[in-house]
Amino acid sequence: MHQTIIGQTNPIAVMFFVLFVLSTLAITYWAAKRTRTTKDFYAAGRSITGFQNGLALAGDYMSAASFLGIAGLVSTKGYDGLIYSVGWLVGWPIVMFLISEPLRNLGKYTFADVVAYRLSQRPIRAAAASGSLVVVLTYLIAQMVGAGTLIKLMFGLPFELAIVITGSLMIAYVLFGGMIATTWVQIIKAVLLLGGATILVIMTLAQFGFSYGELFGQAEKLYTSKFLEPGGLVTSPVDAFSLGLALMFGTAGLPHILMRFYTVPDARAARKSVFIATGFIGYFYILTVTIGFGAAILVGQKVIMGIDAGGNMAGPLLAEALGGNLFLGFLSAVAFATILAVVSGLTLAGASALSHDLFVGVIRRGVAAEKEEVKVAKMSTVGLGVAAILLGILFKGQNVAFLVGLTFAIAASANFPALLMSIIWKKFTTKGAVTSIYTGLITATVLIILSPTVWVDIVHKDAVKAVGKQVKAIEDTTKAKVEALEKQKTADPAQAAQIDARIAAEKKAAEPQLKEAKAAMPKAIFPLKNPGIFSMGAAFLIGILVSLMSREETAESKFEDEKLRSYVGIGAE
Amino acid sequence: MSSKKSAHEILEDPDFKSLSSQKNSISLVLTILELVLYFGFIALIAFNKPFLASKLSEGKATTIGIPIAVGTIVLSWVLTGVYIWWANNKYDVLVKKVKEKVGG
Repeated sequence: MHQTIIGQTNPIAVMFFVLFVLSTLAITYWAAKRTRTTKDFYAAGRSITGFQNGLALAGDYMSAASFLGIAGLVSTKGYDGLIYSVGWLVGWPIVMFLISEPLRNLGKYTFADVVAYRLSQRPIRAAAASGSLVVVLTYLIAQMVGAGTLIKLMFGLPFELAIVITGSLMIAYVLFGGMIATTWVQIIKAVLLLGGATILVIMTLAQFGFSYGELFGQAEKLYTSKFLEPGGLVTSPVDAFSLGLALMFGTAGLPHILMRFYTVPDARAARKSVFIATGFIGYFYILTVTIGFGAAILVGQKVIMGIDAGGNMAGPLLAEALGGNLFLGFLSAVAFATILAVVSGLTLAGASALSHDLFVGVIRRGVAAEKEEVKVAKMSTVGLGVAAILLGILFKGQNVAFLVGLTFAIAASANFPALLMSIIWKKFTTKGAVTSIYTGLITATVLIILSPTVWVDIVHKDAVKAVGKQVKAIEDTTKAKVEALEKQKTADPAQAAQIDARIAAEKKAAEPQLKEAKAAMPKAIFPLKNPGIFSMGAAFLIGILVSLMSREETAESKFEDEKLRSYVGIGAE
Repeated sequence: MSSKKSAHEILEDPDFKSLSSQKNSISLVLTILELVLYFGFIALIAFNKPFLASKLSEGKATTIGIPIAVGTIVLSWVLTGVYIWWANNKYDVLVKKVKEKVGG
């Protein structure tokens, strides 16, 4: 029997975590003294280098969910987990080719700055802030609930306490240290996570003579060659295409990612940071996949799924098996730090949407004193932090996996189309942008609710269970009858044939019953698991049609200025 | 010695035109390459699972699907590298030229 201390309070993990918290709080104190203006608070005074920002971007993107989740998925599903990890990377080149430089050249603090560059400020900022806030809140809920569950598993802390600790630390970083502290927390965490995962992979590969061929050979022996082939993850090509679109273009619409481009001095550093980030994230996913296969072999699926059915503890269990309690403690602390860093980035992005876009842009019509804006940003930070804690506790025990899909679908549908069209299309108008954003936001949300992930798996959870029970009952009765008949069989071939016929008749009699029971299974109103293809398509279509119907001469006249600044960076802040 | 030009004049300048058209084509081509790369991979999974499931070499466990998936990740990164290389060596030179003309 495999011995594990996962699920109990682990003093070593707590010690490493306290060490992390103390050093990040020291950084926050240092950052607080440097955070005075809005430029400091939102954009770290544009003092972050391209390489540092690349690490921070990677930190923002490598959540605990991807670290623990992908390793878990690979350990339980094999190749399908690898497919999944590829999807998370491919958005980054898109960010670089289409978004990073114009975004940096045209904006100041938020992506709404770019969309509103030559359009009417108030309606655009209200719409863009809505898109940002919904993305931030759905992602925050998913992260908080995940945090509570994982911390409970790894540290043995109660769910609510874990959420309160996470929320309070995140408020402290953002409130006092703004973007400077958030960036450095992110960089430290990225280095720890990449370092920890690298050590774990080296230890894993050492067990296989540093040969991937040997690793896969053992995996095949234990779990057959099916484990190294695509399985059930991609069944419907349309669904896979739709999810792929949401992942690709959603990355280019995540407010906390977009906001990072304003922390570097210029467009050159912005594009460099994407190159660095893509490299680290890709490397990280390859490590995580290796950890997943290693855990399946060295720990075993039975043990992994015995601790957590989703396989989330595959990485920590492998660390424990190979590096003992010390390494498990280190990795658990790193996972906690990862959660903290990601929620801090999200909170800062949400706070900037509230203060920079809604308060200054909409309520104050663009005119507000620097001091006042920072004050509102700090109040928003506290408000969002408290909301995140409460929502995290409210959603305890809920299935929140769909929220991550929803986040990317909304980012790809509400934020990305308006951002892209505002950069490249002269005839894009305020009305076009506003309707495009709301169309993307509403379509993505409504379609997710009507999709199998929510409509069947959550809304009609009980009905699904009831149908399952009924089907099983029918199957059990038939099975019992068949077994009873089998027992009556004698050596006489004629009698055996007669009984076989009766068995066949019983089975046939059960078929219509089964069919009827299965017909009662609730069906999704919208067939796809991810609405990306429709919600993103609708946002582009509406944005184009409405713009063509509503000519805006002031916007067109400013396009030349925008174009010059977008390509060359003249006048960029 | 250069006088300050209006945005319109610079936009009509052949140097700016070459800069913007080069940037547009390279962005477009690389974006399409990335889309083909990823959705090509997804299409293989959807329509040709047996190919991905075939072994890399006789008697070995590793399937062709594994290097293809890892290759998709690595190639995506290489594409960002191609863009960086172009931007640092070509784009920035053109940007500098245009900026000098503007006099700023």
